[in-house]
Amino acid sequence: MATITVPDHTSPVEDAENLRKACEGWGTNENTIVSILGHRNAVQRKQIRQAYEEIYQEDLIKRLESELKGEFEKAVYRWILDPADRDAILAHVAARNAKSDNRTIIEIACIRSPEELLAAKRAYHFRYKHSLEEDVASRTTGDFRKLLVALVSTYRYDGDEVDVSLAGSEAKILHNMIEGKSFNHEEVIRILSTRSKAQLNATFNRYKDTHGASITKSLSGNPADEFSEALCIAIQCIRSPQKYFEKVLRNAINKVGTDEDAITRVIVTRAEKDLKDIKDLYHKRNNASLEHAISKDTSGDYKIFLLTLLGCEEL
Amino acid sequence: MALPGDLDALTKAFSGFGVDENSIISILGKWHPEQRKSFRKGFPQFFREDKRLFERWDERHIAFLEHEFLRFKNAMVLWTLHPWERDARLAKEALAKGDYDILVEIACTRSSEELLGARRAYHSLFDHSIEEDVAYSVNDSNRNLLVALVSSYRYEGARVNEEIAETEAKTLSEAIKNAEKRPIENEEVVRIITTRSKLHLKAVFNYYKEISGTTTEEILASALKGSADEKNKQALTRVIVTQADSYMKEISEEYHKQHGVSLSQKIEETTNGNYKDFLLTLVARGD
Repeated sequence: MATITVPDHTSPVEDAENLRKACEGWGTNENTIVSILGHRNAVQRKQIRQAYEEIYQEDLIKRLESELKGEFEKAVYRWILDPADRDAILAHVAARNAKSDNRTIIEIACIRSPEELLAAKRAYHFRYKHSLEEDVASRTTGDFRKLLVALVSTYRYDGDEVDVSLAGSEAKILHNMIEGKSFNHEEVIRILSTRSKAQLNATFNRYKDTHGASITKSLSGNPADEFSEALCIAIQCIRSPQKYFEKVLRNAINKVGTDEDAITRVIVTRAEKDLKDIKDLYHKRNNASLEHAISKDTSGDYKIFLLTLLGCEEL
Repeated sequence: MALPGDLDALTKAFSGFGVDENSIISILGKWHPEQRKSFRKGFPQFFREDKRLFERWDERHIAFLEHEFLRFKNAMVLWTLHPWERDARLAKEALAKGDYDILVEIACTRSSEELLGARRAYHSLFDHSIEEDVAYSVNDSNRNLLVALVSSYRYEGARVNEEIAETEAKTLSEAIKNAEKRPIENEEVVRIITTRSKLHLKAVFNYYKEISGTTTEEILASALKGSADEKNKQALTRVIVTQADSYMKEISEEYHKQHGVSLSQKIEETTNGNYKDFLLTLVARGD
């Protein structure tokens, strides 16, 4: 479930005017920006951008980029974009940067629906004049490349039909690889990157029924190399996105120096989807609310913005 | 007795590449029992003298005729199907028969959105994604290339990085010269061919002119040779039907340039009946 709260009636024109006022003159009224944008869904944000462009002949996003700073600016920038555009930008940053950012690409490839992934790839073409596949492929090598490119290229069947005996045989293939009995990465890549999510979850269930431990548990522990790590992340993303994101947040918050990029990414991309479930999982796991943890670990307008997206009313 | 011209016409009608329905109607349709009997006796390639004293039609030839009668119907259906459904069905059949070159053809000649459409139709028709079926069915070294090709969603814009194109041309050249490994087993070759945009690949190929894959024109030429096998004959239908709306004009011109005779003329000489007329109509649309 989503966490953001949206008022019953909104006027894009009014919002655009108020945002303009917040940006005019000396300094910026960040509270206004948070209180408006933090309570608008994707469709409304798009309408506001259009209204702003029509009235002031200026791109609202560019205006905000110049008025705001730091983590707050990054968060607002990502929030105000169209989801597909946002995914394209996140993927681009990740594809160009250090290895550790590959999880973003795996998240987008595995957690988005087939249509959302497609929309992200189209937005990527438009923005960067390249395909996401070619950028990911040219910066990676070996089995890691094969896995990543395959995950990004796939257009999974999105139906619920499941072939039970296939789930059994493919669970076996996965098991053999995990137990180190086989080094055939091709089959694992094939299964993970082409089967539908319903089929994969049936396979993971069979795995658990047959071997006692869930596949994610069997894979955890120190991954030997970037391929194994990517495999682990992909499976977690497909099996339970919410649990995966809870873990990302937990690690980002506990980390010395806090990983704001990760926190922003999770909160901004899930606030309209399943952040509530992620919050609940976090609470159960850590005996403290996510809001509380974010409050302690972040500050200023950035903190207020995150808390707003988390659904906090009293700030 | 039958006129020699009639016999020639009927022989052609019965042997061909499509069936000459009009000859069959005008000649065979008029014959009395005696004439039909002497036709049967006069053509041992179609009819054999059975030990119980009748001219028996060769089973394989009946099956052959059935197939040739269907050629027009198949062309017509292929033409009328939504291109997405058409390509999805072609892909499914190609996969079942192991005709990987048809998969390559579809993956490479369709635009990104057309290929995507075919993948959507495939979901609807077969409850699977095309990539999962290709990955599951292909168990040899062709797998990686084929899966990547059918999954491609290439950038279709004009921007090309010439430096990268040149570097990648060198990579391809080295991979092809390497006698120890087939080029398609080289992961760099697969990466370049399956992820780069078509314009970028054109630039790469220009930098490396020696690369020649099977061009569409060559498929047509093989199909129109006298000794064409069934696969090549089906290719003729497939290429003309699927390209009639897009590159037919270019293909005809290229065919003429390479073979000195127009595509239409060659089709006229080699094929029969409604099937022939249908193909000629499609080809003429390019004019």
